[in-house]
Amino acid sequence: MVIDYAFIWAGIIAFAVLVYVILDGFDLGVGILFPFGRSEQERDVMMNSVAPIWDGNETWLVLGGGGLFAVFPLAYAVVMPALYMPIILMLLALVFRGVAFEYRWRTKRWKPVWDFAFFGGSTMAAFMQGIALGALVQGIEVADRAYAGGWWDWLTPFSILTGLAVVIGYALLGATWLNMKLEGPVQAHMRSFASPLAIATLAAIGLVSILTPFQDPVYFHRWFNLPGSAFSVVMPVLLALTTYKLFTGLRDHHDIAPFMASLALFGISFIGIGISFYPHMVPPDMTIWQAAAPESSLKFTLVGAVVLVPLILGYTAYAYWVFRGKIDPEKGYH
Amino acid sequence: MLDGFTAETLARVQFAFTVSFHIIFPAFSIGLASFLAVLNAQWLRTGDVTYLHLFDYWKKIFAVAFGMGVVSGIVMSYQFGTNWSVYADKTGPVLGPLMAYEVLSAFFLEAGFLGIMLFGREKVGNGLHMFATGMVAFGTLMSATWILSVNSWMQTPAGYGMNDVGQFVPEDWWAVIFNPSFPYRLTHMVLAAYLTTAFVVAGVAGWHLLKDKAQAETRRMFSMAMWMAVIVTPIQIIAGDMHGLNTLEHQPVKIMAMEGHYQSHPDGAPLILFGIPNPEEKRIDYAIQIPKLSSLILKHDLNAPLDGLDTIPDEDEPPVAIVFWSFRVMIAIGFAMLGIGIWSLLRRFKGQLYEDKWLHRAALIMGPMGFVAVLAGWITTEVGRQPFTVYGLLRTSDSLAPIAAPAVAASLIAFIVVYFFVFGAGTYYILRMMGKTPGTARLGLNDAPIRAAGVTPAQQTPNRTRPAE
Ligand code: HDD
Ligand code: HEM
Ligand code: HEM
Repeated sequence: MVIDYAFIWAGIIAFAVLVYVILDGFDLGVGILFPFGRSEQERDVMMNSVAPIWDGNETWLVLGGGGLFAVFPLAYAVVMPALYMPIILMLLALVFRGVAFEYRWRTKRWKPVWDFAFFGGSTMAAFMQGIALGALVQGIEVADRAYAGGWWDWLTPFSILTGLAVVIGYALLGATWLNMKLEGPVQAHMRSFASPLAIATLAAIGLVSILTPFQDPVYFHRWFNLPGSAFSVVMPVLLALTTYKLFTGLRDHHDIAPFMASLALFGISFIGIGISFYPHMVPPDMTIWQAAAPESSLKFTLVGAVVLVPLILGYTAYAYWVFRGKIDPEKGYH
Repeated sequence: MLDGFTAETLARVQFAFTVSFHIIFPAFSIGLASFLAVLNAQWLRTGDVTYLHLFDYWKKIFAVAFGMGVVSGIVMSYQFGTNWSVYADKTGPVLGPLMAYEVLSAFFLEAGFLGIMLFGREKVGNGLHMFATGMVAFGTLMSATWILSVNSWMQTPAGYGMNDVGQFVPEDWWAVIFNPSFPYRLTHMVLAAYLTTAFVVAGVAGWHLLKDKAQAETRRMFSMAMWMAVIVTPIQIIAGDMHGLNTLEHQPVKIMAMEGHYQSHPDGAPLILFGIPNPEEKRIDYAIQIPKLSSLILKHDLNAPLDGLDTIPDEDEPPVAIVFWSFRVMIAIGFAMLGIGIWSLLRRFKGQLYEDKWLHRAALIMGPMGFVAVLAGWITTEVGRQPFTVYGLLRTSDSLAPIAAPAVAASLIAFIVVYFFVFGAGTYYILRMMGKTPGTARLGLNDAPIRAAGVTPAQQTPNRTRPAE
């Protein structure tokens, strides 16, 4: 049997990106909601709910980038210059937001500055990630193993729409996360954002889904021919179920269900994007196999991934377990 | 602004700028992570609270420095693609997997256990907390191992072939990872990180000793740091010497530039101590030199012939002046560190380690010098590799991404502004934390939580003010 390493790797990279999106998604979402905390104390507990884990979450982004460099170097070499501005802006935004976790405890006078850095950095990073996604869906011009477009090509109404969609979606993840981790008035306050955000997220998913086939007819073709069309039937059903779970969970003041339903919403959308893309790594032309590194690179890296990724998932789960339960603003962390 | 520059120059400046900022933090966090593991182990072993106080003190500084290391590092991992995409395409099959291993075996380890190390002692108990602390330290060392393997491969490529689209492809992973300069570079860099940290600790201790020499924590950390200086500096000098011999074997042109040997010396080359490199005339002006010593050091023979830069084509010549100077800066600091080590040993034998104010002042001045040496060392290494990114095989000018100069200029300016602002503020906060005495009751009780920390801030009443302002 011939093992298709490139295909396996496409799966692993997709998995890493999905894990990144949902994990960093909720902690970026907390940052997006940060200014809505009504007092300094509310904002403190909001930040504390993600402080011990955000670094691990962000490492999945490094795996996405590093992994791409390792197993799909050509895709990495084409996409990064094509998305030059959004990537650089995202990186700078992550700098501000990352240091804010430490800095805001180190100063009184400048605390508002770092609070703003946390909010602004989180929002900007989310927006740029959405723009990058939109630009990728639109397709990237390649000639002679290099990016062949201009340095503003990424900026279109469609990519701005996907940018906003990601900001709203992350905010939903953040709101449901805070609903799960906090108690009392601040929990109720954050929960109150969840329903409007959920409606906006669904609207954004709908709008992007309708517009995507217009970016490239190939997408349309994939969704309405087998095997894609099978998903075209299943996906809306799953979406409806998830939506139902989300809203009933919020109505019944359930702690965990709304967060899980929001994660599922992201998972479903992600699979949807995957269906549109496959078998391309960089639409419209570069396939997974064209972008892949030679087999020896794929194999060598796969050994490490097979051993280490489960281990990583294990100790990451352990770290979440250690910091499980509600953040109690009265009693503190221990 | 920046109009006259090519995209290549701008991209090089940008890479040099961002990586130089980045390396400052690893140089500190690799050493400090190990120091924290030792402090915690000592506390568990002896039950001496001095160690615990020191652990808590340096832990907070570590958290800030580590945060800065993480965010500046994420920038690095994307920069290969954004600014050096041709390089990324060509070297990806060989270097990408090593970086992927770094993420999988090092970054996740650090990030996964950091939270527990910082806030988890009460939650998981002493044993697991010690384990987490050890894992963070181990993670930083793993990270250094992989990234230095990557960098060393760029200096001394091995174990590769070429495919028909012009990519380097791996043929022997063992040879790729353990390429000829890797063991030397890894040893030298890890020791550099330990020394840098030791001198930071010594500098902080020196500062506090000048004000109060009775304080137990201050004395303990000064003594520990001085032992490091005595023991590690000589090893580092030997390692550096071996590293240089290795470079002579694999990158002789770099050594010519470091030594300032524009001319060949058929019967014994002089060691140029100081002088002004003159690139136009291709000579060192005002050179102060010791005849034949360079041949003795590099070839262990007074009369061994040494080739100079006159034997290689001009377009393969690295910028001599930068390499010449940065190398000397590093060496000078190395010997200054050795001097401090010996001085402290003499005082220690006389029982005056905590009495000699001049020693404390000297330690204070030497505090930041490790960073200077690390930067100088890296500049020697990297500029000496020019004009290639993969030595002898891939030119820097052929590695560049197809990005228009204005885009690179704009991002460069953004990086400069943001980095000076953000890391300037961080350095200021770290210095302010260092200004507090370790182990006083004030720290720990009234202290601000780090990240989520044990104390939730909502609980802090006005009389429990934070030391910060
Ligand atoms: C000798 C050691 C060394 C060197 C030469 C480099 N780094 Fe580094 N890096 C580390 C040692 C380190 C570290 C000790 O592991 C850090 C520092 C602080 C930290 O958080 O981890 C780190 C952090 C760090 C991170 C964040 C990891 C995280 O999310 O936790 C990334 C993505 C990189 N680095 C990438 C790079 C790249 C692409 C480099 C080359 C240009 C590079 N580093 C040079
Ligand atoms: C961490 C400490 C490091 C420092 C301080 C450093 C410093 C520098 C400097 C100053 C240059 C510019 C040389 C010139 O243009 O004249 C450079 C170039 C470069 N370095 Fe390093 N470097 C470091 C580590 C690394 C590592 C670990 C890698 C690879 C993984 C790397 C990859 C490169 C590349 C690709 C270039 C080419 C771009 C250029 O020529 O400017 N560097 N580095
Ligand atoms: C005085 C004795 C020392 C000698 C003889 C020495 C020698 C060298 C040499 C020859 C290189 C260039 C390697 C290459 O060809 O790329 C180098 C690089 C370097 N040095 Fe030193 N060094 C000394 C002291 C130090 C000290 C005290 C530090 C820091 C605390 C330091 C930090 C570095 C670093 C970070 C590099 C770049 C990484 C590498 O290539 O290992 N060195 N050193």
